Amino acid sequence: MTRTASSVGIVFPQVAYFDVPLRLSSGTVLPHYQLVYETYGVLNERKDNAILVCHALSGSHHVAGQYAGDLHGVGWWENMVGPGKPVDTERFFVIGVNNLGGCHGSTGPSSLNPVTGQPYGASFPFLTVEDWVESQARLADHLGISTFAAVMGGSLGAMQALQWTIRFPERVRHALIIAAAPCLSAQNIGFNEVARQAITSDPHFYGGDFYAQGVVPERGLRLARMLGHITYLSDDAMMTKFGRELIGGAPHFSLEVEFEIESYLRYQGKKFSERFDANTYLIMTKALDYFDPARATGGDLAQALQPARAQFLVLSFTTDWRFSPARSREIVQALLDNRAVVSYAEIDSNQGHDAFLMENEDYFAVMFAYLERIAGECRP
Amino acid sequence: MIRADYELIAQGVSVDSRVLDLGCGDGQLLAHLQRVRRVSGYGIEIIPEQVVAALRQGVSVLQVNLEEGLSGFSDHSFDTVILSQTLQAMRHTEEILREMLRVGREGIVTFPNFGYWKHRWQVLNGTMPKSVDMPYEWYDTPNVHLCTLHDFEALCARSGVQVMERRVMNPSGHTVELMPNLLGSLAYYRIRFRG
Repeated sequence: MTRTASSVGIVFPQVAYFDVPLRLSSGTVLPHYQLVYETYGVLNERKDNAILVCHALSGSHHVAGQYAGDLHGVGWWENMVGPGKPVDTERFFVIGVNNLGGCHGSTGPSSLNPVTGQPYGASFPFLTVEDWVESQARLADHLGISTFAAVMGGSLGAMQALQWTIRFPERVRHALIIAAAPCLSAQNIGFNEVARQAITSDPHFYGGDFYAQGVVPERGLRLARMLGHITYLSDDAMMTKFGRELIGGAPHFSLEVEFEIESYLRYQGKKFSERFDANTYLIMTKALDYFDPARATGGDLAQALQPARAQFLVLSFTTDWRFSPARSREIVQALLDNRAVVSYAEIDSNQGHDAFLMENEDYFAVMFAYLERIAGECRP
Repeated sequence: MIRADYELIAQGVSVDSRVLDLGCGDGQLLAHLQRVRRVSGYGIEIIPEQVVAALRQGVSVLQVNLEEGLSGFSDHSFDTVILSQTLQAMRHTEEILREMLRVGREGIVTFPNFGYWKHRWQVLNGTMPKSVDMPYEWYDTPNVHLCTLHDFEALCARSGVQVMERRVMNPSGHTVELMPNLLGSLAYYRIRFRG
């Protein structure tokens, strides 16, 4: 199947305001908030061709396309979403939304608290995947979408898609669960905790209220991101990409950058610290840690997924050690126990967890085939 | 194109039943059964291109290695488990037979009959047999455990498996009643655990 794939082109973020209070899992009530989102493609007359794309830890509503005047800032899933791409914007109406607590325009710790006129900072409530899904459902209402053709995402985004099928079974026809886990392992939580400690122990963190000080806990953010990056890649991919050649050919016996991987991690850390909010990072990682739908059912994931009515595509990547294929198979197993409609593909890739963001022939062939099926169910 | 054994298999599968198709390939059989028997269930396939083809057919497919068993499925969770021209390509033949009858109440197995006279003739003439049902060269065949009707029935007897129905066909798709192990090229068995 050859199709000419292109970009959705120039896109515009939009903002939706909500003044119906949102009760969060923590018990805190958000009296009002805003969500920033982008849409691509056209919602058909029957309003049955909408796909919600949920973002992962550091993503945003900017899924595809570019902003006018900024030709570098292409969306984070540009290879997946666009005309002629697996999530074909000529057939689907695609929505990307920045999660609550984010730092790309939705209400979050760096937003001004209307009560104090100061950034929320440390006073911003902790959030859960459940809270995000609740707020996304309100955005769907706002856009007049009662049922999604699909809700999809990778990693933390996949957890939101999974939660959608539990919380709003009648609103999701298909769930695409990519590089996911039904909950974090102790090792996963451990990595998150080291990242959080890096941030909170930065002297520029000021207990989360660093905005007033005019500083950013940059060092902490950098470390957090460097650590994250190591866990997103496979040992193999890292070795292939960076090797262990000394930059100067011989040891310098100094702490300057000597290996490619050091340079790469420092660069990624720096870039991230310039664009991401430290409090958002803390909130997002905590949401990851808390996610565990089977907690309510005594550890029985099948029972937790019992309400789901969606059809599922579960996808994992062979070298993903952050969320290994075995974790995806736990989800599949629970769905099989429930006699749910589910397909599962285990994609051969050496890219580790990051594979879900990369172009890979087998991966994209599966996505094309499955989304083609979904498109066939939506009438123009 | 509908493969010769598909019609036979469809006759052995009840309407609205739950089916597991082991080694479902491009999903054609399962799609056919969904159409004519309204079955639900899954196909299992390991080859990536076949998984994609099965998704295109609109069937649910699980990319799992059959050789690792069916531990993901609980006992008797399917009405029928199908092994359509896959048995001969399996390494752990006995194990998959046991597994399919643990997971399903009944099994359907089809395979090319190595005892078919044309196959025997080719061996007599000193070459490995090739035919419509065994189209591979000896050096690139996926088939590692070819057998005759007698061989398969002996395995069933030894494994406590009861043959409920046997149909044997010749290459033109006609049922063979006379000397099936010699004149039949394709075997179809409906089986279950004895007792």
